[in-house]
Amino acid sequence: MNIALYLLIAFCLLCLIRIILGPTVADRVVAIDIMGILVVGICILLAEKTGRSFLIDVGMAWIILSFIGTLTMAKYLENKKLNE
Amino acid sequence: MSDILFYLLIGTGILFDLFGCIGLLRLPDVYNRLQSATKCVTLGTCCIAASLLARYGLADFGLKALLIIPLLFFTSTVAAHALARGSYKAGIRLWKGSVKDDYSKAEANEPVKE
Repeated sequence: MNIALYLLIAFCLLCLIRIILGPTVADRVVAIDIMGILVVGICILLAEKTGRSFLIDVGMAWIILSFIGTLTMAKYLENKKLNE
Repeated sequence: MSDILFYLLIGTGILFDLFGCIGLLRLPDVYNRLQSATKCVTLGTCCIAASLLARYGLADFGLKALLIIPLLFFTSTVAAHALARGSYKAGIRLWKGSVKDDYSKAEANEPVKE
């Protein structure tokens, strides 16, 4: 199971490359969103490894916060206010 | 039996995550990157959650992992749709090899020709 954890961390580093050299803002937002989903997978595997189930709750909170952040960035790119 | 399913689902999840990250790195356009990465990585992480469900059953771990799956499906698809719309409105060009752009006609209220 350690191998799966290391692989997921390596995929996060691949997303980090796209965040660094993405040409536009939207590319970076996409990469941050994808990295959030990968971190949820890391949380699930870590909970299985250490035997502590509250790490899955951390993953759920991470999903919701990343969702709200991505929606906010989409509204910002659309040049709208947040209540439209 | 459940152990075989556990390792099989984790392997599938890791493979789909790999495909999503390769698509994120290599595709030429923000829209291509968005559709490749969102679909593959969502399915991969859902497979990893389902692997926990396969090993532990409907106990503590499995129930929480089962809660993650619909949450992830709904939120990531809605976020990807909003992001594609937002980046189109922000004026980011399509890749020069793209063949079809129906959304510009939909903006101008013209009928979309098949």
